[in-house]
Amino acid sequence: MLNQEFKIPAKLKTTSFALLGIGVLTLLAGLFFLLIKGDQFAQNRFWAVLMQNSIFFLLISLASVFILSATSLAQAGWIVSFRRIPEAIASIVWVLALIVGVLLLTIVWTDNTHVYSWLDPTFNPKNELNGLKNFFLSKPFFTFWTILTLALWSFFGMKLRQLSIKQDSEPKGSTKVYWLNFNYSAGFIFTFALTLASTIPWLWIMSIDSHWFSTMFSWYTFASSFVSGMSMIMLWVLYTKRHGYLDIVSTEHVHDLGKFMFAFSIFWTYLWFSQFMLIWYANIPEETVYFQIRFHGPYRIFYWLNIILNFVAPILILMPRPNKRNYFVVSLVAIIIILGHWIDFYQMIMPTVVGPDWKLGWFDAGIVCGFIGLIITLVSNKLTTAPIVPQNHPFLKETVIHIS
Amino acid sequence: MSIKKFAVATYDDEAVLFPAVKKVRGAGYKIHDVFTPFAVHGLDEALGEKESDLHIAGFIYGLTGTATALGFMGWIFTTDWPQNFGGKPLFPLPAFIPIVFELTVLFSAVGMVLTFCYLNQIMPGVKKHIFNPRQTDDKFVMVIEVNDDTANDTMSFLKGTGAESTELQIAESEWWYGRFDKKEDYELQQQIA
Repeated sequence: MLNQEFKIPAKLKTTSFALLGIGVLTLLAGLFFLLIKGDQFAQNRFWAVLMQNSIFFLLISLASVFILSATSLAQAGWIVSFRRIPEAIASIVWVLALIVGVLLLTIVWTDNTHVYSWLDPTFNPKNELNGLKNFFLSKPFFTFWTILTLALWSFFGMKLRQLSIKQDSEPKGSTKVYWLNFNYSAGFIFTFALTLASTIPWLWIMSIDSHWFSTMFSWYTFASSFVSGMSMIMLWVLYTKRHGYLDIVSTEHVHDLGKFMFAFSIFWTYLWFSQFMLIWYANIPEETVYFQIRFHGPYRIFYWLNIILNFVAPILILMPRPNKRNYFVVSLVAIIIILGHWIDFYQMIMPTVVGPDWKLGWFDAGIVCGFIGLIITLVSNKLTTAPIVPQNHPFLKETVIHIS
Repeated sequence: MSIKKFAVATYDDEAVLFPAVKKVRGAGYKIHDVFTPFAVHGLDEALGEKESDLHIAGFIYGLTGTATALGFMGWIFTTDWPQNFGGKPLFPLPAFIPIVFELTVLFSAVGMVLTFCYLNQIMPGVKKHIFNPRQTDDKFVMVIEVNDDTANDTMSFLKGTGAESTELQIAESEWWYGRFDKKEDYELQQQIA
């Protein structure tokens, strides 16, 4: 029961390859019709859609590395029963990191991409106080910090899985690898705090609106990516369980994951609302310009969808205890949350890059399919390379008898 | 309210307690209560306790808090004493949200604490019978209500479940505020009977 080998169901394999194929074809079509043949609007959309999706899917995969590190540091037992799933997602972070790296560096080092207005040589933050900002928003620093960050994320993602697999062949009761994993987790949390939880969302996303700033922005992005990352783990756990794997995962573990989805939806709302309310109340022109287009302008539908999908739906559906223990309800909410936060990333990036005439079309749909297909292919392949339950983890017994 | 007889079994370890609970319930005894020094996960299910309705009460208290905050502030700032703060609308919903949130939390927290106390019948000043003084330290105590006919039978059954010690006690079965029947009263009642 404990040494189940995951075999990819044929249907999943076909679906993932089909999605991946759609994604690649859409990318090629987009490259031709939007970037080469298209007008300025189409070109901007090409870059913006690629940016939104690649960053979104990278960050929700990165959430797995974070939850692994956080639970390792907290010495939590409950997650061990399905630890291989976040591990598999963590170990593919490098692929998405590569895509994001190539894309962002292309955007920064190619002329006339019109994504980051600070690339314009005439750009100059008027204020004297912004001298450091000129350094922060410069091509060399952007390149250096992006490459360093992506390399570190990829390294920790692969390392955590490698250590966990190493634990399988250790003698019984040995805690050497366990403590090594603990130390690497601490290293990742430190990296994470200096990158995703502070500088990276400023650099990648917030700097699109070069003159606007919000110190809360990174936390808000983190909450967004974390709650959708937990939802993705939930979908994988339920999928593998449905196909007869992960016997030791019980309703109790699903309940705990559901609690994370519930709690961090509220946490996201807290940060999102704090950012909005302070700007709304202070009413300072250089801050409100950000919400002008999103709250009053053409993007207001996404503003309200944000509240409904990311706050109202999860809090009302997941509040009763029986709902968090119902596999159908939690998978439904997981899909709602992932969709909602995809829309959240959409309204972070589109208004400034694409302008007020937003459009959702075949290119968006195709690229989303491509990324979903890529993640399914890579993660399911990773899951086959090791037993789907950690064989020798010190907390194995604790996780089996876990009661939420 | 009334004084009753209880068979009290003391256990040394939760690993002994769980099978004992199972055995006792399987034999058809109705367990009055189990006292443990710490929260034992899964014991409520082993005892067959159904899920508490406390959280529904909490949800209603929360809604009351939300309604109170919105209604009160809305009434003050639109009807009773309208004032213009920095050109904001008279009913600035985003600015009210923090207070609405706080009152929701306050109402549900205070309400749930009081309801919890009522449901468990604990309150400052209420005296409860302590079946074993070490039930808050390191012993696990299972209590079964008995009468004169079933006492001996129950006691001998409890001895077979791995109990460290068993004894018969006479105690208050229910709670009410401020009064506590004494053992002497029970003896008096018995004599009259």
